[in-house]
Amino acid sequence: MNDRPERPNRPALSLHVPEPGARPGDPVDFSHIAIPAAGSVRRPDPHAPASETHALVATLVRVLDEEGRAVGPWDPKLDADTLRRILRDMMLVRVYDDRMYRAQRQGKTSFYMKSTGEEAVAVAATHALDRDDMTFPTYRQQGILIARDYPLVTMMCQVYSNKGDPLKGRQLPIMYASKAHGFFTISGNLATQYPQAVGWAMGSAIAGDSRIASAYIGDGSTAEGDFHAACTFAGVYRAPVILNVVNNQWAISTFSGIAGGELTTFAARAVGYGIAGLRVDGNDALAVYAATRWAADRARANLGPTLIELFTYRVEGHSTSDDPSVYRPQNAGAAWPLGDPVERLKRHLVALGEWDEARHQAQHEALDAEVRAAQKEAERQGTLQSDPYQDIPSMFEEVFAELPWHLKEQQAQALAEAEAKRA
Amino acid sequence: MSVMNMIQALNSAHKVMFERDPTTVVLGEDVGYFGGVFRVTEGLQRDYGKQRCFDAPISENGIVAVAVGMAAYGLKPIAEIQFADYIYPGFDQIVSEAARMRYRSAGDWSLPMVIRSPYGGGIFGGQTHSQSPEALFAHIAGIKTVIPSNPYDAKGLLIAAIEDPDPVVFFEPKRIYNGPFDGYYERPVTPWAKHPAAEVPDGHYTVPLGKAAVAREGEEVTILAYGTMVHVALATAEANGIDAEVIDLRSIVPVDIEAIETSVRKTGRCVVFHEATRTAGFGAELAALVQERCFYHLEAPVARVTGWDTPYPHSMEWAYFPGPVRLGLALKKTLED
Repeated sequence: MNDRPERPNRPALSLHVPEPGARPGDPVDFSHIAIPAAGSVRRPDPHAPASETHALVATLVRVLDEEGRAVGPWDPKLDADTLRRILRDMMLVRVYDDRMYRAQRQGKTSFYMKSTGEEAVAVAATHALDRDDMTFPTYRQQGILIARDYPLVTMMCQVYSNKGDPLKGRQLPIMYASKAHGFFTISGNLATQYPQAVGWAMGSAIAGDSRIASAYIGDGSTAEGDFHAACTFAGVYRAPVILNVVNNQWAISTFSGIAGGELTTFAARAVGYGIAGLRVDGNDALAVYAATRWAADRARANLGPTLIELFTYRVEGHSTSDDPSVYRPQNAGAAWPLGDPVERLKRHLVALGEWDEARHQAQHEALDAEVRAAQKEAERQGTLQSDPYQDIPSMFEEVFAELPWHLKEQQAQALAEAEAKRA
Repeated sequence: MSVMNMIQALNSAHKVMFERDPTTVVLGEDVGYFGGVFRVTEGLQRDYGKQRCFDAPISENGIVAVAVGMAAYGLKPIAEIQFADYIYPGFDQIVSEAARMRYRSAGDWSLPMVIRSPYGGGIFGGQTHSQSPEALFAHIAGIKTVIPSNPYDAKGLLIAAIEDPDPVVFFEPKRIYNGPFDGYYERPVTPWAKHPAAEVPDGHYTVPLGKAAVAREGEEVTILAYGTMVHVALATAEANGIDAEVIDLRSIVPVDIEAIETSVRKTGRCVVFHEATRTAGFGAELAALVQERCFYHLEAPVARVTGWDTPYPHSMEWAYFPGPVRLGLALKKTLED
């Protein structure tokens, strides 16, 4: 700069731009990640002051050890049927993701996003909530719908934007919505759902209800102003809400350091807002379940929000539009030191004598058959390629409760245009 | 000269300015190592370092706000907002801050900054990757708004925007990044390489802001367009055998009023054409300007052809998109009136 004053005795400043430890061609290196032993982190009483959690924001709540045993004070002591249900749901999410990813590659839809490696943060957390608690997901929590028995065929019809799509072809694939399943309509604009979840929870408190809300956000999106609005309002009004931060380490091509993860943990954000905070092994279904239940108990006791960092890894690309091999080492996901959530819960069930390899394989095959059958049924109602949702008058409906004159005119014009196209 | 698509032309504009002006810096989501989700900033960090081109946190508010601060310091920041649909968290910093800085400080501070953003539909991006919000920015006093329609203009306009002393919002029609899409979505896409405007000088040049181009000369009717719609207008005129004059506005603020008046006075008919929603769209401003200034030359009402007043629907993209059929019907009606 021309007008920069010369001060030879002072060092020149320079900008720090965080850089991930490894790029393509480098060996995968996760040695900087500190992993405390399973069972080693204490569990405060859910009714304790928020400050009692603040020593936990730099560690990791873990339950499952290397041998698949559930250890320590956070063990939720779930019965075998519940464990098998969580395992089944996570496996189903993975099978479903694989089929839909392939359908996108075959040109049957425009876009898809997998949640590989992150199944526990949606599935296990949902099982720790009541069925009528409200969730405000991002685009990577399809596991919530699966855990709440949303019909697979309907999910697929949404992905295909076909005649069976309950959202009438309006939304990008995977941006599901279902009030009946407590699954808030997904926005492509990041972080917007976070303060909305706080508002829903405030509404529940104002109305004297007992339901709570659970919100999701990614590590990258915590940079948005909406994240900070959510934490502020949640803290001020002690809103009955769980604020999940899914730290999957990557926001498309930028690593969590670009979101501030180099300096501190995302759970530590809770300290500044004076709210409870927990940092959890997101690939440990039991730890996710236990932390969610802890936060739900706290919220139901009218003691306000908990921010939970779910520490995990985005094993696949951000979406079908992304190729992670150009910005991070190949197969980084396989080297993630906290393992795979499905494999870890399976090992636990096997260690308990409640599961075995043959049953696992049989379940995988049954789920695969279920998904294939659902796909066939969904495709009978069309795909984005073959027979997309094309009810032109419906395009103008639900902009408002009632159609104003100008939309009525445009609706008629659009129909005339469709006629002209056919001619 | 090289043959470039629009992405390469925009990339070239960045490189030319990085070479010429050490105060230019690029920031935005995924613009650094990765080179941007559309590859517009590819190679900038590799060749010029992380002090010149760096990834930003996912905060459009923050990206615009720190760009304001960098420009106040004396740099020339070029901020990328990954999709125009994501720009709204940064809107307050644009409207209340960037747009007014020169005015409110009586010229003590000015902000030579550019906010680039891919915009518009036609890529099955659904509601959050398809919007055309240019009218929101055109409405703000103190912001220039620029929209190129081809590689040559894209590079020249971007360099002009970077060199401009005031904040510029620069919308890139992403549907024509790789080829001049003309609205006939069932036909194969032609690449830019076959288009004369893909011949782009390798070095520095500018296309002035506020200056329109005549994309096609004609006598019967004037079509006012910008971005992707320029190509739709040309193809529609061709398909219907209409001798339309197609004006590519290139900048909507400031708009080239002389080019508009000259053309409409000649043809006596005017169709305003944009992809954005209709109500209070930029077409309303154009229609008002034309009737204020060319009323006694008009032989038919000024028509508007636009996107519908709905969010951009995913599967019904082509029923929403104002393509050749919608424009063709309007042209015929305007010629009959």
